[in-house]
Amino acid sequence: MVTTSSKSEQCVGNDAERYRDIARRVRLDILEITLRPGGHVSSCFSAVEIMVALYFGGIVRYRPEQPHWSERDRVILSKGHAAPGFYTILAHAGYFPISELSKFRMLDTGFHGHPVQDALPGVEFTSGSLGQGLSFGFGQALAARLSKLDYRVYVIMGDGECQEGQVWEAAMAAAHFKTANLVAIVDHNKYQQTGPISREMSFTPFAEKWQSFGWHVEEADGHDVMDLLRALRALQQVNDKPSIIIAHTVKGKGVSFVEKDYTFHGKALNKEQLEKAREEILCH
Amino acid sequence: MPLGERSGLKPAEQMRKYLGEALLEAARENPQVVVLDGDLSNSTGASTVREAFPERFFNMGIAESNMVSVSAGLAACGYIPFATSLTTFLLCNAYDQIRLSVAIAGLNVKLAGSHSGLTTGREGPSSMSIEDFSLLGGLPTFTILVPSDPIMMRKAVKAAVEHVGPVFIRSSREAMPYIYDENAPFAIGKANLLRQGKDVTIIACGLMVAVALDAALILAEEGIQARVLDMHTLRPLDDAAIKAAAWETGAIVTAEEQLIRGGMGSAVAQVLAECCPTPMRFVGLKDEYPCSGSLEELMRKYHLMPEDVAKAARQAIAAKVR
Repeated sequence: MVTTSSKSEQCVGNDAERYRDIARRVRLDILEITLRPGGHVSSCFSAVEIMVALYFGGIVRYRPEQPHWSERDRVILSKGHAAPGFYTILAHAGYFPISELSKFRMLDTGFHGHPVQDALPGVEFTSGSLGQGLSFGFGQALAARLSKLDYRVYVIMGDGECQEGQVWEAAMAAAHFKTANLVAIVDHNKYQQTGPISREMSFTPFAEKWQSFGWHVEEADGHDVMDLLRALRALQQVNDKPSIIIAHTVKGKGVSFVEKDYTFHGKALNKEQLEKAREEILCH
Repeated sequence: MPLGERSGLKPAEQMRKYLGEALLEAARENPQVVVLDGDLSNSTGASTVREAFPERFFNMGIAESNMVSVSAGLAACGYIPFATSLTTFLLCNAYDQIRLSVAIAGLNVKLAGSHSGLTTGREGPSSMSIEDFSLLGGLPTFTILVPSDPIMMRKAVKAAVEHVGPVFIRSSREAMPYIYDENAPFAIGKANLLRQGKDVTIIACGLMVAVALDAALILAEEGIQARVLDMHTLRPLDDAAIKAAAWETGAIVTAEEQLIRGGMGSAVAQVLAECCPTPMRFVGLKDEYPCSGSLEELMRKYHLMPEDVAKAARQAIAAKVR
């Protein structure tokens, strides 16, 4: 799909190095803005390439200068704890200046710890209680059908989030109503807050569950933007069912000591760790 | 036990019929109105829209949480969704979704709950919805409407469509008699004065309005002039009418078909405690879950009859400082 956004038109060339560069800058900004007020850094890092693919890979139609453009594609961050990552992506996409990100979690700003709808341009959904985004996105997908508009809705979910029963209510309903304009992307980093999903509350076989609910399923390397774009383009051919991309990711991707330690969930890095992390990201 | 019998109120059919008619009228008048159903449209009345506008009716199955979030998504795209079910399933099953997807975002979602209060009767306490106001009353951005007769139901649905923001409409399985005529006013947040009086004010909502009118007749026979207010909007509450009632009649009785704790009476008391502490009595369900029974049996057992309201009024009057 060719974007009509002037901003993202510049990014249409599938330049893997360019995506890597954006992802690098986004990770550095996330580290910076969470240093003081805290935030779920490792949950952001697993989702960075997913969001880069959506906003910089020519997938999502958007106009930062016109955030309520009726024909825009909708992006729903259902795993609201990835807010600092999402805000950073929105800033890089042109919704607000990058310098604004320093307001993250600060009093009297729109940069809430978890996203609040319309508190910032580009924020479509209030999240923070897991499991609701897919239903909301499905509602928007139905609205597109009623309005005879051709936008798509992309819902970014966590894998632990799929333990919420509501996710499967939405999965059932979206398949029943054949909303092919609904796309879920699961950041499958294999961890939930207290430990590995396989240990805490496993839901294998995951892809088969979605298939059996009537969804088109794609799997992708969630840190390879080119592979994500392949999957995102492939599902555009599907016209009779909703689609899901299971993006295999690494929690804390890009910083070795965070990747190895799931207890970083919900913890920002301290000054010393930040320096080390910054070096690793820059050298990557 | 016909409600409002003593007052000679004209009987009507079950409220769900009028909710169905009102939803149909709303859908006819406004193409943005859509109706979502938790597989109970033949109980709530919403099936009228299913028949007339199938493309704007969605049975979301027995999955209320999903239904409310889907409604929020539709509202975010400019539609005016009515999410319908029995009140207790709608509010209790989807409370997190109501709070997060609707209330915090301030989205234009309308919740219409049927079979509220005790009116599921013999089905037992699990399907009664007697915590409605304590659940929704504390949610900023929400408007709560409790129609007391068929005319008010139609006007409440119309007002809900016109109002931008979350609205809950408390409908009922019960047949509530006609209290109003077609020309009656209905404005969100503005209580209707049904009977003038100087000795005590009965503030009622929903099916207790007809009971309050009957109670006022009992009191009149004793020479007590009771004012009756139909508090059809529980949020925002009509503070001005409550304060005026306190100043002018000096005693207040609240009457509601739900739990007293966290109910309308608590909110009225809060208004008065700050400006003009006034003797009050609270008619409603005490701190326990009711047993199964017909509505009449339940209203007698839990003291929601006109005689109970009249008794509460006498007590409130007796507590006035001489």
